[in-house]
Amino acid sequence: MRYSLFNVIVNGLTKNRFAERAWRDPEPKPEYDVLVIGGGGHGLATAYYLAKNHGITNVAVLEKGWIGSGNAGRNTTIFRSNYLLPGNEPFYEHSVKLWEGLEQELNYNVMASQRGIVNLIHSDAQRDVYVRRGNAMRLAGADSELLDAAQVRTLLPFLDYDNARFPIKGGLLQARAGTARHDGVVWGFARAADKLGVDILQNREVTGFTRGPDGAVTGVETPRGTIKAKKIALAVAGSSSRLASKLGLRLPIESLVMQAFVSEAIKPLIPGVFTFGAGHFYISQSDKGGLVFGGDLDGYNSYAQRGNLPVIEDVLEGGVALMPLLGRLRLLRQWAGLCDMSMDGSPIIDIGPLPNLYLNAGWSYGGFKATPASGWCFAHTIARDEPHPLTKAMRLDRFRTGHVIDEKGVGAQPNLH
Amino acid sequence: MLIPCPYCGARDAEEFSYRGDATPVRPDAAAPDAAEQFHDYVYLRDNPAGAFRELWYHSAGCRRWVEVERDTLTHAITATRFAAEGRRA
Amino acid sequence: MSRLEKNGLIDRTQKLRFTFDSKFFEGFQGDTLASALLANDVKLVGRSFKYHRPRGIVGGGAEEPNALVELRSGARREPNTRATTAELYDGLEARSQNRWPSLDFDVLAVNGLLSPFFGAAFYYKTFMWPKAAWEKLYEPAIRRAAGLGRAAQEADPDIYEKANAFCDVLVIGSGPAGLSAALAAGRSGARVILAEEDFAFGGRLLSERTTINDAAPTEFVDKTLAELRALPNVRLMRRTSVAAIYDDCYAAVERVGDHLRTPEKFQPRQILWRITAKRAVLAAGALDRPIVFGGNNRPGVMLAAPAQTYINRFAVAPAKKMAVFANNDAAWTTAFDALDAGAEVAALIDTRDTVSPTLAQAAQDRGLRVILGGEVFATKGKCLDSIELRAAGKTEILQVDGLAMSSGFSPNIALTCHHGGKPVWNEAIAAFVPGECPPGLSVAGAATGAYSLSDCLAQGAAQGAQAATEAGFKATAPDTPKAEDAPRALKAFWHVENSKGMAFVDFQNDVCAKDVVLAHKEGFVSVEHLKRYTTLGMATDQGKLSNVPGLALMAKQSGKTIAETGTTMFRPPWSPVALGAFAGHHRAKDFRPARLTPTHALAEELGAVFVEAGPWLRAAYFPRKGETNWKQSVDREVRAVRESVGVIDVSTFGKIELQGPDVGKLLDRIYINTFSTLPIGKARYGVMLREDGFVMDDGTTARLGQDRWIMTTTTANAAKVSQHLDFCLQNLWPDLDVRMASVSEQWAQIAVAGPRSRGLIAQIVDDASAVSAENLPYMGALETTVLGGVQARIFRLSFSGELGFEIAVPADQGEQLARKILETGAEWDATFYGLEALAVMRIEKGHVSGPELNGQTTAADLGFGRMASTKKDYIGAVMARRPALTDPDRMGFVGFKPVNPKEVLRAGAHVLAKGAAATTENDLGYLTSATISPTLGHAIALGFVKGGAARIGEILRAWDGLRGTDILVEILAPAFYDSKGERSNG
Repeated sequence: MRYSLFNVIVNGLTKNRFAERAWRDPEPKPEYDVLVIGGGGHGLATAYYLAKNHGITNVAVLEKGWIGSGNAGRNTTIFRSNYLLPGNEPFYEHSVKLWEGLEQELNYNVMASQRGIVNLIHSDAQRDVYVRRGNAMRLAGADSELLDAAQVRTLLPFLDYDNARFPIKGGLLQARAGTARHDGVVWGFARAADKLGVDILQNREVTGFTRGPDGAVTGVETPRGTIKAKKIALAVAGSSSRLASKLGLRLPIESLVMQAFVSEAIKPLIPGVFTFGAGHFYISQSDKGGLVFGGDLDGYNSYAQRGNLPVIEDVLEGGVALMPLLGRLRLLRQWAGLCDMSMDGSPIIDIGPLPNLYLNAGWSYGGFKATPASGWCFAHTIARDEPHPLTKAMRLDRFRTGHVIDEKGVGAQPNLH
Repeated sequence: MLIPCPYCGARDAEEFSYRGDATPVRPDAAAPDAAEQFHDYVYLRDNPAGAFRELWYHSAGCRRWVEVERDTLTHAITATRFAAEGRRA
Repeated sequence: MSRLEKNGLIDRTQKLRFTFDSKFFEGFQGDTLASALLANDVKLVGRSFKYHRPRGIVGGGAEEPNALVELRSGARREPNTRATTAELYDGLEARSQNRWPSLDFDVLAVNGLLSPFFGAAFYYKTFMWPKAAWEKLYEPAIRRAAGLGRAAQEADPDIYEKANAFCDVLVIGSGPAGLSAALAAGRSGARVILAEEDFAFGGRLLSERTTINDAAPTEFVDKTLAELRALPNVRLMRRTSVAAIYDDCYAAVERVGDHLRTPEKFQPRQILWRITAKRAVLAAGALDRPIVFGGNNRPGVMLAAPAQTYINRFAVAPAKKMAVFANNDAAWTTAFDALDAGAEVAALIDTRDTVSPTLAQAAQDRGLRVILGGEVFATKGKCLDSIELRAAGKTEILQVDGLAMSSGFSPNIALTCHHGGKPVWNEAIAAFVPGECPPGLSVAGAATGAYSLSDCLAQGAAQGAQAATEAGFKATAPDTPKAEDAPRALKAFWHVENSKGMAFVDFQNDVCAKDVVLAHKEGFVSVEHLKRYTTLGMATDQGKLSNVPGLALMAKQSGKTIAETGTTMFRPPWSPVALGAFAGHHRAKDFRPARLTPTHALAEELGAVFVEAGPWLRAAYFPRKGETNWKQSVDREVRAVRESVGVIDVSTFGKIELQGPDVGKLLDRIYINTFSTLPIGKARYGVMLREDGFVMDDGTTARLGQDRWIMTTTTANAAKVSQHLDFCLQNLWPDLDVRMASVSEQWAQIAVAGPRSRGLIAQIVDDASAVSAENLPYMGALETTVLGGVQARIFRLSFSGELGFEIAVPADQGEQLARKILETGAEWDATFYGLEALAVMRIEKGHVSGPELNGQTTAADLGFGRMASTKKDYIGAVMARRPALTDPDRMGFVGFKPVNPKEVLRAGAHVLAKGAAATTENDLGYLTSATISPTLGHAIALGFVKGGAARIGEILRAWDGLRGTDILVEILAPAFYDSKGERSNG
């Protein structure tokens, strides 16, 4: 059933008598052309684009819990392409372009809203760095604008301009950046992939792999049986190392926790997204009215999916310092996601490193914005057995050759990226 | 999270800086496969979900590097020692 | 007025005036806003989120989903404040929210009529056409309609504090279990903190009419509190909500000033307590739950347990004539208490066919009409005026203005889940009970699902004693007082099928039974999908009321048990916490400490303009009279250094003292160049890499003695380098005999530079000959005394490119030294200069600094390739040889000047070839630092270009699309001024 206004009205009048499953709940086939492990946004988008762009429809997405139960459902829903380095920026810009038409593409309102993002500038040196970045964005065809302090003040009148420890001297704006409804993205890709014949298999955890004589990966084992596949694609950011270890692989990845927060819902206050340049704080407001914000990683390896108080204090010290009216609003809920922190802070999309295996990992804390482009490029990589031009810098061997994509310039220290 | 520093006693993790996995050993630069060994040393990690040996630096305390045995699933700390001792062990 | 004539724990002698929607009302000391509103017959208090339905008070505490108000006004306005937890004070102002134009008449109530179309998640299926309309039309309208209250428009004027507390046993909650636990632990001598969220201790003991040792429960509360107060090891904290359990830390928020009109001067509004407790006992009680039936959201429909609280604690009859609708015994006591207090109860409708004879007798004794096997299936009235029920095949309408409902209790187990523990379904009480708890936490009383008073008292005592014992004290559980035990039977019942009208599961978010059915139909079966798809449990009460009924409905749809269906996670905080509490004093200028240089006061005297440089506040420049812009001041300062003598405080550099026979060896391993051969009395410039081969930091290290060295680092990397050295010494090479200490704070360092600097320094040092060209040549270092006996280290270093000295003295002598230098140098107009002039001069000299040491550059990129020793291993040596790091096409360090000398260069521009399109592929490099050189009279810049030095002489473009400039530049070697270094060598 195609979603439309008509459809909503009919369902309203018929008390949803004709409502149907958003995606099927099929029994697995014995073998697939491609098996995507991980029913998050990336895995589902990969399956969708395999079917849509490459005509490969004998595809299953395998999810250990319910789809979107990992980072797809735990992030702060921002998309943007304000990166510095040529290995990243064109890829993320492609992603923004895909976000711009995603509702129509998927026939699902993922509520992508180009509300803009402002990175605040607090010193001349920081402005120089942001200008370099803004120019790199423009070179890649993205939009960027440099705002002076007065322009920032017009846009975000509620910040502390007069008594700040780190005065606000301007901002780098990407107007086409924005937010989307994270669960909607998962469900939209799932439904659209399902319509193209992709099997979505929930509650099937991969407990092992079957291997061919040459070491090739030939299938997966689950508590409910083995599923064979010609190609097996890993899209399990947060748990990449855990699955890779079942294949005897070690990855340039460590798992760390990133916390996120939402306030009680309030009437519209914050127009877009903005980030504090002298503390660890960023914020936006959801359609429902909650202020969604976050800051730095909890800086130690963890799979606990929960964070600790020092980071919360750090985030809110930044938040309240920047935006003093926040003090009286209330924290409603906090949660945490497992970040696949790669050794240079940038993602890995590649063929291998074993025959039949494809790797999509290391998204650090920035995977949500990449969802459509990651699916797009990973599907290309899997279908054609060659890297997509936009992800050719994101290969695993860059650590060996030294072609690292280190946006922050902090080196092989995942908790600092 | 309280880390029992062997010198200072239990202190909040806020006082420490984190490095990560304590197990990789810096390879011999003169080895014929030094490039490969350094690649593994600098970049590859077991990244276990569970028992983990890791390095914390008591930067706001005694400035000793402390090797901590901690479970990455529960954050439970089972042992700590000066890193230098772990290295000699 | 619905205020009952007598009883209640309010102080009728203290009248408090307050306003709700600008109307004046009166309440008493001891009221909450909710109880005071009910006492004044205010039933309609809010509007729901989606349908803007009229809503009344439904709960009695943190669980309240409906009665949310904007409390206070102006900068202190707090949206979404629960009327049920807001303590009444004289002059309280409250305003209803999420309605327009008024609470009574809300235009968006039209949404309710559209509810057949506005079902669960309808928005995912529409608002997509035309493409632009989502952002331009629909989303703004949805946003305006959504949200609840309005944030204040101004900075929060109140202050917040953070504090640490330590105890052996933390007891959370002060009902029967909590009080008993605190007493058992307190008597053992253990340090006890008893935290109570309410402004009064006692929990449910304040709400129920029962007996303990044949007396009113409040007597037990008073007696126990008296004993606890007498124990010096016990700390009682009321108005303190334990919000979350982290690793080894309980976070609690104490509302210090929320019950006052405004906090007293210097009094915080709230305190965030970080409590370190060896053990904790959770005695947080349980909350009543609604029944899902048609019209269950009408103002006047309330949960039974809170209704009992209003009657007994606040002496308020929630209705003139009420009914009770429940599936359990506990709700009967609400009816009894209402009757006993003199209110009218039309009927008690129980979904069960039979109840215990005791209960039936008690009802009969009071003349209460009981309808067993009955269901309420509809309600009427904007505020409730009648209910429709059916029993034994007949339907009946009862005229009532209040209905107390209950589907049984849910233990308050949220805190037990904060470490990921999963609650366990207990079929007998139809509720989730604690599963695996965070380490050190145990649970007692109703929070475990034990609802009888004697069980609560006994469990509390046992757990309190156990906790104290585990914390190392000798404790025994006190004898449990004799308590009256009301019957507590229950038969699970969730939903009245075939109801009339919408049957609400989540009151605030307007999630109805039909939404759960739709979610199931569309495959959103997992509890997390159900929650996210319908927004069930996502409101400000976080599903305290709606979670279990919602799961029950989903379980029914999918034909599973609730245990199989599972529950969503409870995450912190237990109830919403003001964001200001987490920030504490870290606001405005106090957000982060400002580090000041030793000469800060002097710089202030000299009129310096300061600039934030990381954690430091540093002098940027020193304007003098007649100078109208910063550039004039900076140019003057540069000229002073180039032509005479200038002075700058460089104490911010990192300084690390290294001692021991193996320092040379260590330095050889951490710098790319060799240090072990450095003679005593000499300094050397060094570059250190990270192990991945990229540059970490640079600086000079001097050898002061055979085994004594002093290293300087950049300001930004001071802590990082110190940590790095400690890592190398303690982890990589513990066999090296080296001791190190960071002495950045201990030494002030003043740079004196310019052709006149030697003459000036000679008058500062106690022995002038020490600084002669022979004794202290370029890159020399020595220890001597200045200012008549002050210990000093003098280095012949130059960042500016002129003849220069850096004098280090103990930090407390720094200001005196600087003053003396200025005074002595007056004859040459010795000029204090700031960061700006320093930056100009280092760009003129082509020295790399922060913008170039960006963590992405190699030693070779920066022009230090030849410095790197090939004869030794050092940190980063192997990885620096990787192909990408040695690629001749890498971007290398160069200088730029505009072809047209009138043009201005700015950092951040990228480099493109002439005629090349502005694309990523054509990107050749970027400018890192730029200035207009007063010495050369035109713009210059530093930066990186593909191919580096090989491009010297080429004409390229500095393209700054962001700022709309595109300037032809010539590539030069980076040293623009005195490239041979003759001036500093002099």
